[in-house]
Order: sequence, then structure tokens, then C-alpha cells
Amino acid sequence: MTIHLQRELETIRRMLLSLGALTEDRFRQAIHALNDLDVELATEIIEKDQEIDLKEVQIEEECLKVLALHQPVASDLRSLVVVIKINNDLERIADLAANIAMRVKTLAKKASPSGFTYDYRPMAEKAALMLKMSLDSFVHDDDAMAETVRLMDREVNAMRNAAYESIKKAISQTPHRAGYLMNLFLVSRHLERMADHATNIAEEVIYMRRGEIIRHTDFMDE
Amino acid sequence: MTNEIETIIHTQDLSLFYGDFQALHDISLPFAQRQVTALIGPSGCGKSSFLRSLNRMNDLTSGTRSEGAVIFEGTNILEKKIDVVSLRRRIGMVFQKPNPFPKSIYDNVAYGLVVNGIKNRSIVAARVEKSLKQAALWEEVKDRLHKPALGLSGGQQQRLCIARALAVEPEILLMDEPASALDPIATQKIEELILELKERYTIIIVTHNMQQAARVSNTTAFFYMGRLVEVGSTNALFTKPVKKETEDYITGRFG
Repeated sequence: MTIHLQRELETIRRMLLSLGALTEDRFRQAIHALNDLDVELATEIIEKDQEIDLKEVQIEEECLKVLALHQPVASDLRSLVVVIKINNDLERIADLAANIAMRVKTLAKKASPSGFTYDYRPMAEKAALMLKMSLDSFVHDDDAMAETVRLMDREVNAMRNAAYESIKKAISQTPHRAGYLMNLFLVSRHLERMADHATNIAEEVIYMRRGEIIRHTDFMDE
Repeated sequence: MTNEIETIIHTQDLSLFYGDFQALHDISLPFAQRQVTALIGPSGCGKSSFLRSLNRMNDLTSGTRSEGAVIFEGTNILEKKIDVVSLRRRIGMVFQKPNPFPKSIYDNVAYGLVVNGIKNRSIVAARVEKSLKQAALWEEVKDRLHKPALGLSGGQQQRLCIARALAVEPEILLMDEPASALDPIATQKIEELILELKERYTIIIVTHNMQQAARVSNTTAFFYMGRLVEVGSTNALFTKPVKKETEDYITGRFG
């Protein structure tokens, strides 16, 4: 019976890693679409989001089945709960990638060749790296790497604040461009939320390893 | 933990021998008052032997010998001079298989009172009713108190045995796999009963059913090969056990 449970847990883990890879890929595509204001790619990202939603539901159903049938305890219980939570974070990250794609479509319509723009590449790269590292820390059960991800979240928050200041100034200088600029600012909000979900994943890995819930244990920069 | 203040009974370096075989090795374990403590572990790990040491039930097996102490209200109950009948009144026991006497339902519950010298009929009747109510059996048997106890279902018989144990107003209730011979519905009733009884009694329960230990107890102690491996709050033990042996046992990765 326990071998049966281990097999089920391994299957669920593989499903989650496949969702993780898909989500990372979606995030990368959103960054490309943003950098190039590529409307076609943005449209594709929005259309494909449902695929991730379906996978999320499948994983959750598998987890619920195992909870009901095996009633796991100790490390088995922790890893299952962690999968349920990471699953949710991944789905949210993919949603945010779709949100960025929506911003791209609006920005592309309203962009003017000589107008204000904001270089989100450093922030997007940082957030994407956090996602990659959080998933790596899950794969390798590496709580030290997960701790690093938590620290990186502060940098992303600072980048969001910098974008806010810069765009606020642009709005006061070119108030007739407020619509465009607000969309531009929303991108930073989406990226910052993606980094938050990557941080959640890292915190879940730490819970899996140590059995301690460390969320909310230090001050929030928000 | 709060154990220090509220400990009702504790063992000190308790070892138990069956002839040459040492069944328990130096077990020191406190039990908090009005809490449920579950003892878990594989067959032969010593958990039942330990439970039976707490009211000297092992005396009934010839060739047993104990070392160390079991301290109940400041007295080592392993001492020869202890009156085991009165000890077992204060520390009652419910066994794995329901074992009602071949008497009426009423007489089963009244038995302990009569043995303990309570003769006043109205006191006995009141105590029988109270005990059957506490054991959540009263409604089912109040109209057939003088029918044979052996006519009850297994689950009812087990609750009758609990009522019988409660009738003499013990302080501690030892339960050795009280639900293992019962179906899921009867098991659920026993578990609900345990949760109610802990308001008044200290309960120590041996169970093979880990989910049951997790559901009903505040503290869980894991025994393996006659040794106490780990004891802690049930929540902690079932989510993040400290010892690898505990983890392996509760997740079923044993052996």
C-alpha cells in the first residue's frame, strides 16, 4: 500500500513539474512579447492560458484523490500539501503572464515612437529567475536556494517602486498619455505579483523540508 | 509543554521483563491530566505491556518482573504493598475485545460498585444510569437494562465495558485497542466518546490505527522494540516527526 502511495506521489510530482516547465515557458514568452510589443505572440499567450488552467485542475484532483484514499502523514502529507499550493501559485503566475500579454496589446496600440517607455527587462529577468530557482529548489529539495529566492523578492519590490516613481513623473509631464502610462505601470505590478508567487513556492519548499511555516515571519516590503 | 504542571501519572526508567525477555527498556513518560495520550508502534513494540504496567495488569502474567517506577499521585504503584483492587478502581481499563460478563446490562455496570462495597440500591441505580449516559449507551439500552449484555452488538458491548469502567469513577482510563474489533460506525462512536470523556478523565489509548491516534489524542508516543522512540504533540508528530524511525513507521515505510 505504501509503495502504491509513493507511486501516486511520484506521478503527481511529475505532473507538477510539467506544469512548472509550461508556466516558465509562458512567462518567457510574455517577456518576449513585452520587449518587442509583439501583439501576435501576446494573443497566443492569452489563448493558451486555458491549457494551464486545465492542468491545474487535473493536479488538484489527483491530490484530493490521494488525500482521500491514503490519508498521508509526515513528509508524505507535507509534500502533498506543498504540491497543492505550488500548483495554485503556478496557475496564478500563468494568469499574470496572460495579464502582461493583455497589457502588451494595449501598449502596442497606444505606443508612440518618440514617447516615454520603460525598460522592464531587468525586472522581468529577475522575476523569471526567481521562478526558475523556486522550482529548482523544489526539484532538489534545496531550502538554501529557497531562502535566496525570498531575499530576491525585496529587490523586485524595489524595482516596482522605481517603476512607479518614474511613470508617475511621466504622467505629470504628459497627462494626455495617462492611459498608456497606467498600462505601462500595471506591467510592473504583474511582474511583482509573479515574484510574490515564486516566493510562495520557495516558502512552500522550506515547509516541505523543515515542517515550519515561515510565511509572514519577516516584514513585508509591500 | 504543560505536562510538568498537570502530570497525573508518570513512569521513571520503567523496564519490564517476561522471564528472560526484556519487553520494556527504561521508559520515562509523563501523562497530562484530562488529556488523551495515544501509544503507537508495531506489534510487539511493548506499547500494550507498557499500558498494562500502569495498573499492574502485568501481575496477572506469571514470570513478569518490573524495574523502575510508576508514580501515581506521589506513590510508586509497583510497590508490593499497593492494593491492586483499589488501584484498578482508580485506573480503569477497557480491552480490545468487548468482554461483558454473562449477566444483565445493569449488573455489568453495577458489578464494580458492588465489589467496591457500595450497597445502597438507589446510589447504585443512579451510578449505573450516569455511567451508561457517559458511555453514550443509555438511550439504546434504558428499556432493556435487565436483558443479557451478550445480546448487545459488538459496538454496544464495548460501550457497556466503558460504562462498567466509568461506574467506579476512575481517574485514568486505559484503553487497549478499544475499537479494533468494531465496524467503522461503532468505531466512530467510540472515538466521539473518547473526545467527550477527556473532559473528565485522563485517557491513555493503545491503537494500531494511526488515523485514530491522530484524531483522538493530544499527545502521541511512539514505541519501537521496547523503547520509547519519540513523544510529542499529536499534531507535530504526524506532520513533522523528529526521529527517522517515527517517520518511517507512520508513513508505512517500515522494514
